Amino acid sequence: MNSPVISVRNLWKVFGTGGEKVPGNAGLSGQSSAELLESTGCVTAVRNMNFDVAKGEVFVVMGLSGSGKSTLIRCLTRLIEPTSGQVLVDGRDVLQAGTVELRELRRRKMSMVFQHFGLLPHRTVLDNVSYGLQIRGTAKKERESRSREIIELVGLKGYEQHYPDQLSGGMQQRVGLGRALAGDPDTILFDEPFSALDPLIRRDMQAEVIRLHKEMGKTMVFVTHDLSEALKLGDRILIMRDGEMVQMGSGDELVGSPADSYIADFVSEVPRADVLTLKWITGPVAAGTPSDAPVLASTTLIRDAIPLVSGASSPVLVADGGGRIMGQIDRDSILAAIHSSGSHHPATPGKVAVGASKESAA
Amino acid sequence: MATLFRARPVLAAGPGTTAGNRRRISRRTALLLGAGALWLLGYLFLHGTGTLALPASELTDLHRSLNHFNSWIAENRAGNPVFMYVLTPLRGAVGSVAGFFMAVFAASPTGQVIPVMGWLGTVAVLTWVAFAVGNLRVALLTAVVFSFFGFQGLFVDAAYTFALVVTAVLLTLLAGIPLGVLAGISSRVQKVVTPVLDFMQTMPSFVYLAPLALVFLIGPASAVIATVIFAAPPVIRLTSHGIRSIPENTREASDSLGTTGWQRLRTLQLPMARRTIVMGINQSTMAALSMVTIAALIAAPGLGQVVVVALQSLDVGTAVNSGLGIVLMAIVLDRVTTAASQRAEPGARRSGRLSGRTRFIVLSAALILTLGLVQVSRTVMWAAVFPQNLNVGPAISGGVSAASDWLQTNLYFLTHSFQESVTIGILNPFQSLLTDTPFFVLAAAIAIAAFAVGGWKLAAVTSFCLAAIISLGLWNDTMVTLASSLLAIIVVMVLGVVFGVAMGRSSRIDQAMRPMLDAGQTMPAFVYLVPFLGLFGANRFTAIVAAIIYAAPVAIKITADGIAGISPTVVEAAVSSGSTPWQVISKVQLPMARKTLALAANQGLMYVLAMVVIGALVGAGGLGYDVVAGFVQSSVFGKGLAAGLAIVFLGILLDRITQAAAAAPVRKRIS
Repeated sequence: MNSPVISVRNLWKVFGTGGEKVPGNAGLSGQSSAELLESTGCVTAVRNMNFDVAKGEVFVVMGLSGSGKSTLIRCLTRLIEPTSGQVLVDGRDVLQAGTVELRELRRRKMSMVFQHFGLLPHRTVLDNVSYGLQIRGTAKKERESRSREIIELVGLKGYEQHYPDQLSGGMQQRVGLGRALAGDPDTILFDEPFSALDPLIRRDMQAEVIRLHKEMGKTMVFVTHDLSEALKLGDRILIMRDGEMVQMGSGDELVGSPADSYIADFVSEVPRADVLTLKWITGPVAAGTPSDAPVLASTTLIRDAIPLVSGASSPVLVADGGGRIMGQIDRDSILAAIHSSGSHHPATPGKVAVGASKESAA
Repeated sequence: MATLFRARPVLAAGPGTTAGNRRRISRRTALLLGAGALWLLGYLFLHGTGTLALPASELTDLHRSLNHFNSWIAENRAGNPVFMYVLTPLRGAVGSVAGFFMAVFAASPTGQVIPVMGWLGTVAVLTWVAFAVGNLRVALLTAVVFSFFGFQGLFVDAAYTFALVVTAVLLTLLAGIPLGVLAGISSRVQKVVTPVLDFMQTMPSFVYLAPLALVFLIGPASAVIATVIFAAPPVIRLTSHGIRSIPENTREASDSLGTTGWQRLRTLQLPMARRTIVMGINQSTMAALSMVTIAALIAAPGLGQVVVVALQSLDVGTAVNSGLGIVLMAIVLDRVTTAASQRAEPGARRSGRLSGRTRFIVLSAALILTLGLVQVSRTVMWAAVFPQNLNVGPAISGGVSAASDWLQTNLYFLTHSFQESVTIGILNPFQSLLTDTPFFVLAAAIAIAAFAVGGWKLAAVTSFCLAAIISLGLWNDTMVTLASSLLAIIVVMVLGVVFGVAMGRSSRIDQAMRPMLDAGQTMPAFVYLVPFLGLFGANRFTAIVAAIIYAAPVAIKITADGIAGISPTVVEAAVSSGSTPWQVISKVQLPMARKTLALAANQGLMYVLAMVVIGALVGAGGLGYDVVAGFVQSSVFGKGLAAGLAIVFLGILLDRITQAAAAAPVRKRIS
């Protein structure tokens, strides 16, 4: 992993009067959120959060509503003032930044896309996209030509002179996306950007984000409550509950080895063959497997291995990145993985997966 | 429902005691019944004692010392530093702005000298302005109406009124919009400003005049200052409201891009609040017109002056002619500012309007034409002074006077007998109930009622107001005003409930009535007196009828909104369980709209009080008479000033009690 762009250390956000006392006080910070609410009337939205976001990574923060994920992402640029901790952006602590430095950070380094778009209704698409450039004092000609490029990039060419209320929800969010991109920030923060859109549009927009990420390579922090969206977009996923981190890892790690029953319950509906790679179901090489059996990389998705395995006359060997044979898979192990994904008993797939991961790790 | 708890105890005293055994009555009802019984007993057994009646020409020591204060100010005006360095320069500055606009639009009232800008130039300029801020339709309306002022023979008067309105609105916006922006941005400022505005808006326009005349003398300058004070609250409130109602997520999005406070204001808050601010300008303009006409009492020139003089000499024809002028002026100001607020809507410029460049060319061409007409009006006599041979004003006045005379003569048996029977049958006994009850008994009853409605705090405020009124030496006159106000508000509330329920239940009735009510609300208070003076002559009854008509629109609108705002599910549930329409109204809609009704009563009462006081101009007695007399005779100036204060205390008292009634918890037992 490259050096992190964003490092969050011991970050707390406690709402309510006297909330600033909670993080430093061992007696208070040890209490659960419910106990704190009971004893002090304070709401703990973010509790002792620690994570790094690498350059070029898509980092997803996932949780149900009220889990503190939107508060967390706002703490990164102090749209909500954190209670304590550190947010290091390129090594500088955002919490220590003065007004001017903070403003520069928002203008040049991090921009944000919002759930309800937050477009200015009195401005055209072009003026909305160029808003950030105008704020930082870019000359009119330059910001317009730059904005036109961005508008084309987000697929809104021809709509420059329209007003937000003339556009559909998906198109409005493209404007929001364009506004965030126009300033050419290092990092883009997304706060549930597609929750307000209907499913088909949402899928298009997710594809759009993946495309933009490929083309521009921006670091992205993406907040969502939708697991499939998290799995689709996220290089790594942080799952929050009651302001706390429950588990952080790649999508297949979460599905393959959930940290607790909460996560297991969460991921139980996920079609495992679409998420897990072969390494999660690789077993030891059996005695009868011919040495010239087909070989697949351990990072192949189970789903993608199906045609080869079902067509092969023998089990298929699995190799790691270095070409070393890790083990084998066969029709039975693939069928078991597919079968368990439809199950409603979270414990069962968990056990199978955990067992498999232990074997593969060994 | 302030009126109800005052009236109800009297009516309910009998059955209340017998029904007491069958149904447990709440402490609140018991207290209200007790207050009513006390009042009634006081009236029956102590009738005529302790009434604190003070004949019109008699003064108390307080009034005399206020007179002395008045003469002291007159004598020391030149030497006192507060006057020398603050008040007199302020008066001078405001006066010169007003003087500038009066010189531009109205010029010399005699018509002997060619004015700076003749009537044709004024009409052209105003038409162009209406076109620039509004649209072609309102521009045509402006041209027609201002030309019509010429035909009425009132062009110069209308121009004076307009010049004063422009001056006042300009100063109001200069002070009001920045203050509103501050209140919109800072919650601390909002917290300080809101109670002050609340207080300013409970005061009838009338009461500003005397103290301002005391400090700033009479004339256009103090008229403008009074108007600014009266007209500022709406624009301050709406500016603040416009900024505060910007969605949080839009503000956050702007912040996330790193806006400074000033950038946020310029690119986000002002543009997004623009429409609301222009609505505030509309309301402030209408308030300003209302006040400028009333300020005729402190020698503001214009249409109001013509009406006042005509009212004082009971010249109905002239009053109607210039009253019509005020109404037309109100329509023009309302239409133009409304059109401006529509233009201010975010998407307005894209829907079928001229593009920026075309519009600019059209406006420039029109401006050149306008300047040409201004030049014509400076050189050619007929364009400078409206030709006298086209003046149909006297014809209008004469016709109206004749019609009024005919009505009063031939319908005498109708109008007079109606007025007489109401006055003798209802007004006099009710007024006697208030004025002939010993003051200590009635004051105690009111304080107990206030305690029942709003607890100790309200009882304390009420007692303080009552004590202030008593010590001002105007208890009896206050009761006369209160009697007229209460009678008017009862009728207003009946109208409010009847029409409000009809509007709330049927969108068709709503659509038919709302434009009329809106129009009614924009009219200056003054002009309501004129037609009823023609019908009923100069007396209390005319003032009460005018007050009812003046206050009814606001009460009807609030009630209608309250009824229409009730969840349709609840109504549907009532209908599905087999309720008749009457049952739906009486058992569901009215009880659920209770708070709205109290709010309607509160607002209605403020309107009624304002009008009953102004009604002094057409022969209503009470506090309004004292105020008007104070303007006319310097010997009773102090009494007029005290009466103004008494109106303020009466206003606060009525406002607080009705507000408490609106906020009082609804008991759970509804049916």
